[in-house]
Amino acid sequence: MNEFVETLLDLTWHEPKKSYDVVIIGAGGHGLATAWNLATKHGITNVAVLEANYIGSGNTGRNTTIIRANYGIPESVRFYQRSLDLYRALEGETGCSIVHSTKGLLWLAHTESGMRAERARALMNQACGAETVMITPEEALELCPQLDLSGGGRYPVLGASYHPGGATARHDRVVWAYAQGAMRQGVHVVPHTPVVGLLRDGERVVGVQTSSGPISAGVVLSAVGGRVTTVAAMADLRLPIRTHPLQALVTNAYAPGFGPIVASSELLCYVSQTGRGQMLMGAEFDSQPSYSMQSSYEFLQTVSTRMIHMLPFLRNLRILRQWAGICDISPDYSPIMGFTGVEGLLITTGWGTWGFKAIPAGGEAMAELIATGVTPKLIAAFGLSRFAADHAMADQGSAGTR
Amino acid sequence: MLWITCPTCGERPVSEFRFGGELPHVPDSIIDADAHNLDWVWMQNNVDGITTERWFHVAGCRRWLTLRRDTSTDRVV
Repeated sequence: MNEFVETLLDLTWHEPKKSYDVVIIGAGGHGLATAWNLATKHGITNVAVLEANYIGSGNTGRNTTIIRANYGIPESVRFYQRSLDLYRALEGETGCSIVHSTKGLLWLAHTESGMRAERARALMNQACGAETVMITPEEALELCPQLDLSGGGRYPVLGASYHPGGATARHDRVVWAYAQGAMRQGVHVVPHTPVVGLLRDGERVVGVQTSSGPISAGVVLSAVGGRVTTVAAMADLRLPIRTHPLQALVTNAYAPGFGPIVASSELLCYVSQTGRGQMLMGAEFDSQPSYSMQSSYEFLQTVSTRMIHMLPFLRNLRILRQWAGICDISPDYSPIMGFTGVEGLLITTGWGTWGFKAIPAGGEAMAELIATGVTPKLIAAFGLSRFAADHAMADQGSAGTR
Repeated sequence: MLWITCPTCGERPVSEFRFGGELPHVPDSIIDADAHNLDWVWMQNNVDGITTERWFHVAGCRRWLTLRRDTSTDRVV
């Protein structure tokens, strides 16, 4: 706690000017990381980041803080591996503690088909530069002694893919680190200023209309999580995005300590321990699209039942809190980043679910795109135009726990 | 939780149904045939408000139904 108080950040909000080179909608992780990269790597500081609520109030403050790169397609593995590396270096680069902790991620398989999927994942990850290896049930038990290898008699652990680089970081601190770093370079961060429209000059987007007046911009980037359809609709742009709620819960503290992150793609749930010792769990997103952030008893029931098959000790803990966040989900579960076809408007969206693990690489790539006007190779496959070109990037290793 | 009234089975919890997507509606402004197909296949209205969509009663009568739902409250209207 002392460390937390001592390093409280220096964040001073700005009154927006009338005009900027770059206006970013959404001061969450992606928006602020893009601004920070623009300012520190490309010298573009005439930038405003507009936020409807307080900074990090959207999905960056709601996710389950897991960082991993063990995805299902090469393009995603490379992208998220870059993110994983950047997260490791973020404390040094920004000078702010983000409470980063490399824990290792165990992905359990309970059936022969599950084992095949995990073997394929491990080999593909290794081929693309991410570290993922297959381990036996006994090795999994050494990494996580709380595991019930019989899976409650119903979901026996046949093996697991192990991703040693899997990590967690404090999500609010990631937001603050980027915000402070960007502000020091002269970037304006403007909270409590919703964007209500886009300024148009013919087809071109030339700025934003906010609750406190118009702001003109050379480039507008939508980095919102959960409402990208609304922003795109202001430019008469239609997106292949559905907005689904994703829920999570934490229990009270588990004193003995829980080392790794544990997930199962057959039980569709995952768990890790927070810095405060609470067990943080999540599952797949709600089946129907919705903008309601209501969480449900059904979710608690489902996720508890599944978790206890893997980790029986969880049955003695109590659920403290549950919440939901609304995620913009693309039809192929891969990000949609870059040009939109509407001049002056860029988007970054659809990073799996809440998008936490994509923040550093996403910000870096979008900043490079804005600074140079050329799509970086790392995100070239994730353009919106891939749907028209019939090159959807289906990745079941992406969203939620799939 | 969302409850859906199935015309055959009555009021049932959402867990018995499979979401089948909103009814595709290509804006009249899209005239080009390729653009029309692209929009029909991929694009969503995804409105924060009332939407018309298809659901399949997978754990019941196994028939499709159409309903109007308010996505801002997740309630059938």
